[in-house]
Formats: sequence, C-alpha cells, structure tokens
Amino acid sequence: MVNKKSLVKWAVIAAILATVPLYSGNYILSLVNLAAIAVTGAVGLNILTGYTGQISLGHAAFMGVGAYVAGYLMTNYHLPFLLAVLIGGIASAIAGIIFGSPSLRLKGLYLAMATLASQILLEYVFKNWRSVTGGVSGMYIESPSILGFSFGTDQRFYYLAMGFALIAIWTASNLFKTKTGRAFIAIRDRDIAAEIIGISSFKYKLISFAISSFYAGVAGSLLALYLTLVVPESFVLSVSIQYVAMVIIGGPGTIAGAIYGAIFVTLLPQGIEYITNILAQFYPMEALFAALRDMTFGLLIILFLLFEPKGLSDIIPRIGRWFKGLFLKKGGESRNLSHIQ
Amino acid sequence: MLLLQFILIGISIGSVYALIALGTVLIYKATRVINFAQGELVMIGAFIGYTSLVSWGLPIFIALPVTLLLSGVIGYLAERFVLRRIAHGPLISVIMVTLGLSIFLKGGVTGVWGTSMYSFPKIFPESTINLLGIKLPQVYFWSMVVAVIIFVLFVFFFKYTDLGLAMRGVADNQKAAASLGVNVFSVVGLSWVFSGIVAALGGILLANISLLNINMSDVGLKAFPVVILGGFDSLLGAVIGGLVIGVIESVAGGYLATIVSGAIDQVVAFAILLIILLIKPQGLFGTKEVERL
Repeated sequence: MVNKKSLVKWAVIAAILATVPLYSGNYILSLVNLAAIAVTGAVGLNILTGYTGQISLGHAAFMGVGAYVAGYLMTNYHLPFLLAVLIGGIASAIAGIIFGSPSLRLKGLYLAMATLASQILLEYVFKNWRSVTGGVSGMYIESPSILGFSFGTDQRFYYLAMGFALIAIWTASNLFKTKTGRAFIAIRDRDIAAEIIGISSFKYKLISFAISSFYAGVAGSLLALYLTLVVPESFVLSVSIQYVAMVIIGGPGTIAGAIYGAIFVTLLPQGIEYITNILAQFYPMEALFAALRDMTFGLLIILFLLFEPKGLSDIIPRIGRWFKGLFLKKGGESRNLSHIQ
Repeated sequence: MLLLQFILIGISIGSVYALIALGTVLIYKATRVINFAQGELVMIGAFIGYTSLVSWGLPIFIALPVTLLLSGVIGYLAERFVLRRIAHGPLISVIMVTLGLSIFLKGGVTGVWGTSMYSFPKIFPESTINLLGIKLPQVYFWSMVVAVIIFVLFVFFFKYTDLGLAMRGVADNQKAAASLGVNVFSVVGLSWVFSGIVAALGGILLANISLLNINMSDVGLKAFPVVILGGFDSLLGAVIGGLVIGVIESVAGGYLATIVSGAIDQVVAFAILLIILLIKPQGLFGTKEVERL
C-alpha cells in the first residue's frame, strides 16, 4: 500500500495546494484557476490523444457544448451548478458520439477531419443560434453557489477549479487500471493486432472519444462558471489546437504530461507578453505581441515534436535528476555501491 | 439566371480551392503528410506578391516568377527542416507538426506585414467579361483558366516526364522507388516546392478577388472538404472537388443567406465533409486503402 515516504510527500502537496489562495494575489490566482480548468480539459484530451492515439481538432467546440448547455440550464431552469456541470459534460459526450461515430470506423486521419468539421460547424452554431447562445455577445450566467455560499471570487473559485482538476486527474489515472483503459492503449499501440485479440476498435475508440468529450464539457462548464460569461471566442479552433499542444508539449500518454502541458500552455502567453513589453521599448512594431506569441508557440510545438516527443513529463524528471546529481553526487554513488555489495 | 450566376462565381472561387487542394494532394501523395499549413503558404504567396509588386515596384512578368520562386523555396524549407525529420512518425505528430508550422508562419507574417488590410494591385483588367450571358469580373474568369492550365500541366508532367514518373513512383512506394535509384528526398522536396508554387498562385488570385490580410490563411481549411470529397490522393479529385465545393458554397450562400443568419456559405463545406465521411470516406476519386499488419 502507500508507504510512509509517499504519504508525507502527498501531505506536503495537499498542504501547498490547500493554502495557495492565502498567499497568492488575484492576478496569480486567476492564472492558477485558468490553468486548473485547462488541466481538466487536457487530461480529458490526453485520454483520446495520448492513450488512444486519436487526434481531435474539436476539443474546444466540445468544451463549448458543455459550457452553453450548463449555462442555459442554470439561467433558464435555475439548476444547481454541480448538476448543470454534470449535464454539460454528458451533453458534450453525446455531441462527441454524434460527430465522432462516422469517422471512428475509419483511420485516424478521418477523425482529425471530422473533428475539424465539427469544430467549425459548432462554432457557427454558437455564433448564430442567438435565441439559445446569445450569439457573439454571449450568455451571462450567475456565479456558482452552494446553499448560499458563493464561489464568486478568485479565492473561492480556486477550490472549485482545483477540486475538479484533482477529480479529473484521479479518475483518469484510475481509468488505465481498468479493462477499458487498457483497451485504449492497445488500440494506440497496435490497432489491427488489438482487433485480432478481440478488442472492438470502433467501440473503444467511441468510448474514448465520449469520455474525452465529457471531460471537455466539464472543463468548458467550469470556464463558463469562472468567467460568468460564455462567448464563442472561448471555444474557437485555435483553442482546440492549444489543447492538442498541451498534450504534445506535456507528454502524450502520461497524466503528469497533461498537467505540465496545461500549465505551460496557459502561462506561455503571459510570459511572452512580459517579454513583449520589454522588447516594445526597443522595437516599436504593430502586432509585436501576436507575432511573437504565434512564432514562439508554433516553434515550440515543432521543436517538441522533433526533439522531445516525450514532452515535459520526460524533461522535468531529467532536470530533477540532473540537479540531484549536482548536489548529491557522492551520496548517490555510495548508495549505489552499498546496494551492489 | 441568378442560379447560373451563382454557379459561375462558384466555379471561379472553386478554381482557387482546387489550386489550394492540388497542393495538399501533391504533398499527401508524396509523403502521406496532411498539410495544415497550406493556407499559410497561400497567404505568404499573396503577401510576397504584394511586396514584389508594390514595395519593390516590379512589373508583373518579373514579380510573378519571383513570387512563385520564393514561395517554392519556403515550401522546400518547410520540408527540409521540419517535415523530413518526422514524415514517417505517427499521424498525430505529423498533423501537429504542420499545425505548429502554420502557427509559426502566421506569426512570421504578422511580424513582417502586420494585421492590416491590404488592397492587392489588380493584375487583370477591371472590365467585366460576358460568359453565357452573365457579366463576370475578369479575375473570376482568369481563376478558372489558371486552375485548368495548372491541372493540365501537372497531368502532362506526371504522364510524360521522367521526373513525373519518379514522383509517381515515390507516391506509390517510397522504398521500391529508392531501390530503383530515385532520390526520394529530392522528389519529396520537389512536391513541396510545387505545392508552395500552386499555393502562391491561389493566393494571388484570391487576393485579386477579395482583400489581403492575415486571415486569408483560413482558406487553407477549405482544402480539407475538397480533398475529402475528391479523394486525398487524386489530382483530378482535387480539381473536381474544388469546383463542386465552390459551387455549393456559392449557391448555398446565395439562396440560404436570407433564411439563416451568419455566413452559412463558409461552413456548408464542412457539413458536406461529415456527410461524405458517412457514405464514401475515400472520396469520389480516391483509392480505398486496405490496411495490413
């Protein structure tokens, strides 16, 4: 079972996570909240992309489905927000099944095409079904609250976002201990061979896509609750690409990777904005931020794919080992020797 | 009469789609890479064309070759330094690396040309042309002509030249082609050069039809409904698919715009994409692939 050392480790992590709002400013905390929501979404996409080997270019649109459904239920039927989030997730899963089922019988390339098409079609629906979605000006929703306790501030919302992110991480990591989760991995690694040993490739790809869309719907609903506003721009194609990038940069097929990737991609524009502000004093230029942001982001995706395909989940432990080696060189060696003797 | 007008305009826009899709098919045939950066190549071609015509003040008969050459070089560089290292990797990586490339190129264009609207110098006479009793701007007519010429050139190239034969060999089986002495790398590189060139042609035509700015690259996504309809590995399919999608968009835009809100013509192609996946995923002219262990 759990040994003492890891228990201590987890207790420390829990203590840190629980106290973040106490010493973080609102700006930092808003970034943390956005990152936590992104973690929920990225963990979901990682189930499909990292573990099942299928690419979706419509993750943001499925987030949008969840956000609009949850928002609509909360504003028009005054559903409790937790129930609305759950139904939002289910709605996204159903949308995923509808859009995914024609292409999931085929090669992975066709899922990329089908999800691209559903992304564009859903974006159109978000913008133009004004009676439901509010069109481009969006849909306002109230802050989530339980029994009169409101999550309307960054501090309070943190616990909600972090809670969902932790549940997402926990459920996803347990998924791969089940038959279903292992079937996903088998399909990713050798799809035809998996079919031969009796894993219905279509069925499990569909399950994987539905689960992944469910996570997307939950993440989208959370984003809606956090911003208290649902607008089509939150769910456009470039956001879908960002989510795939989170999985790729973080490290596909690892839970930690989705977490690292989500945090990294969420914080990257902030870092670039900081650099832009410094550079703008020397090179005043139109759209410098957009140019730098896109070039850096695109280049990072390319470089990670070419040189670090295992992503941050491989780099970060490597850096950790390097630091350990730097400080504990002698200790490390003697321990190794004693082990041999 | 109105319908005929919509169809003719659709064929002209569809010709541009056909050019963009031709580039996508060329790359897919040679390397099985699905290029999501095709729209950026289109946009860069148009911007280079603008710069050489306006900023450098070159006459069109010099500006055009210069633009095509530079666009071909960009296509080649993309293959040489990015795709060559990963073209045989998993599908997800290949798709994602071209997406990364597209974001990078778009950032580069933003850096060089900014985000403002440019009005491209008109390279065709402004007068209208009378086609089947419909008055069309000349640029629409010339788009069709360019698309047909390019398609015919490609057909001749692949049928009657040694290099074309080598390219077909590489498309069919890279290892077999290599063992017969074909330099696979240069053939693949060449298909990216061609792809960059036809993309630039599409970009220049498109910039003459509408305005030029950073969002022009969105047109690259239209290549996907086209190649899904025509078949991912068929040049003829790209042309027919381009024209069909162009006409459907134009007619749908013309008749539905009053009934439904928003730019329905911009999304109808993707609804068609989903329908084709349901009934005939290999497209009209594509080859059905059989997977083996």
